[in-house]
Parts: sequence; C-alpha cells; structure tokens
Amino acid sequence: MIIAINILLWAVVAALAFFAAMRGRILLNDGLREGAIEFIRLLPRIGIGVVGSGFIAEVLPRELIGPWLGPESGFMGVFLAMLGGALTPGGPVVGFSIGAAALKSGAGAPQVIAYSTAWALYAIHRLVVWEVPLMPAHIVWLRAAVSLPLPFIAAAIAMLAGRP
Amino acid sequence: MTQPAPQRRRRRAFDWSTAAIAAAALGAAATVYWRDGRDHFLEILGSDLTLFAEMLPKVLAGCLIGTFVTLLLPRELVARWVGHESGFAGLLIAAFFGFFLPGGPITIYPVAGAFLVMGADAGAVVAFIVSWTLIGYTRALVWELPFFGSEFVLWRIAEALPLPIIAGLLARMVVRAGLMRGAGPP
Repeated sequence: MIIAINILLWAVVAALAFFAAMRGRILLNDGLREGAIEFIRLLPRIGIGVVGSGFIAEVLPRELIGPWLGPESGFMGVFLAMLGGALTPGGPVVGFSIGAAALKSGAGAPQVIAYSTAWALYAIHRLVVWEVPLMPAHIVWLRAAVSLPLPFIAAAIAMLAGRP
Repeated sequence: MTQPAPQRRRRRAFDWSTAAIAAAALGAAATVYWRDGRDHFLEILGSDLTLFAEMLPKVLAGCLIGTFVTLLLPRELVARWVGHESGFAGLLIAAFFGFFLPGGPITIYPVAGAFLVMGADAGAVVAFIVSWTLIGYTRALVWELPFFGSEFVLWRIAEALPLPIIAGLLARMVVRAGLMRGAGPP
C-alpha cells in the first residue's frame, strides 16, 4: 500500500516534470527548485510536530480521553471534538499535532475526524488573517454558516463506515 | 496566458505555532523520560522517527507536484472555467479544482475571489473553499500523512468527498431562501 502510493505520486511528479521540460528548461528548473525549497522549509515544522505528538500522546491522561473522546463517546464526543477543533489556535502544526496525539492516546477515529474537520474549516487564525481580508465578507460568513454541519456529517459517515 | 502564476508561497520554517508545539513536546518528552525511563522514551522516539522518515518521500513528492501544477496551470484559466459553469456541474468542477489546485491560503482565496469576478455563484465558491480545506491533496500529502499515516488519511478523505458538494448545495439553498447574501455586487 505505502509503496503503491509512493510509486503513484512519483509517477505524477515525473509526468509533471516532463510537461514542464516540454515548455522549457527554465520552467523545469524553477519547479524542481521551488518544490525542494518548500520541502526543506516544511521539514522542521513537520518533524517537530510528528515526533512531538508521540510524546504528547504519551502524557495525555488516557482515563480522561477514553470516556470523553473515545469510540464509545458517540455524538457527545464528536461535539466536544468539534468545539475543540474550531477553537484551536495556530497553524497546521498545532491542529495536526493535537489530532494525532488524541488518536494515539485513545480518542475514536470519528471524534478525531470531527476535530480535524472542524479545525480545518474554522481555524480562527486562517479565517481572520487570510479569508476575511481576501474574500468578500458576506461570502466568508456564508461559507462559515454552511460549514457548521460538516464535522457532524464527516463523523457520522466515519461511524457508519467503521474505523479506518 | 503563458506567464506562470507568480510564486508567492513563502513560508517561514519556524513560527509561533511550531514554537508552542515544540515547547509542549519538550515538556512531554521530559515527562516520559523521567516517569517511564530511558527505554520507553527511546521506543516512542524511534517509532515516531520511523513514521516521519517513511512519509518524507511523499512530502517531497507533494511539494514538487504543488509547485509544478502552480507553474503549469494558469489560475486565470481555472477561474474562467469555474465562472462559466453553473448548476450541479458547476459545483462538481469547483470541488474538483479545490482538490486539484495546490497552495496555501495566500494563493487559494484570491483564486476563489476571481471565481466570483468571472461569474461563479456563491455555492461554487463555497464548494471550492471547503474542498480545498478538506480534500486538497497537497495539504493531505504534506501535512496530514506524516502525522496520521496513509490508511487513516485515505479513509478520512474518502469520507469527506461528499462534503464540498453538500456545502455548495446548502449555500445555494441559504441564498435562495434569502437568509444570506450570495454572489453579486456588494
């Protein structure tokens, strides 16, 4: 599975690099350089988050996570997770670290999905810093309003489909 | 149209979010070391580093795919395409480009704004933003995979596939019912 995904991804990279090369050497070089720079910039943040979430999961109180956010917590757990996701401040490293730590320390998959869906849709930081200045205000509010049921729907689908 | 979109995805390698997580991680690591001993500490460190290392080729591939698509696909073309399509097909196309267009908020929101200028309705714009947020592949590859592993992420994305369409339809209903304002002059 992991190998198949890698092969697929790198086939896509090769195809895109080929198209870029057809349009000129400079475009190919630009793409490769920009992509590599992006990767190197992201590495420390992802590394700290991934390794950090393992340790954070280890010190989280399992006896609290289980009843409140575990697979048995049902829609109450989904609601709590959704609230937590919408209120989590900071960039992706914070949201993903917390979600991964919760999953490792006993939170249920639908609850974690509700958390990360709510966080992705409402991340206060992104909404205020990017969406409000760059989009017409009434579209931002419309988007926020119709996004309300989505974490619930995502969690419900996850519950019906079974644990990933 | 031959002019590639300007590269504006400048990200700092370190920021306050990372600093906060780094502080929490250090505290947690110290607690584990002191409470459970060195062996358990090394065990956790080893398994997390393995997960991280396994995902690195995918993260690099995600970064390269993102930059190449940005360079090869003029955003004006996408905006015109989404803007001229309406009905259910309009929602599907908007959701598809939300999945397909790479980039962070600084590139995505201006594209969504351009959709409006090119005549897209509020439903399509909402479907596009929700799709980028929940099923965009660059975000999943670069961020989500290293944290959650392939299986969880594939499941989560498969289960999120209907959400952009649901959001787009809801937005159209809300606008049609006169509860909120849709596209059009402010």
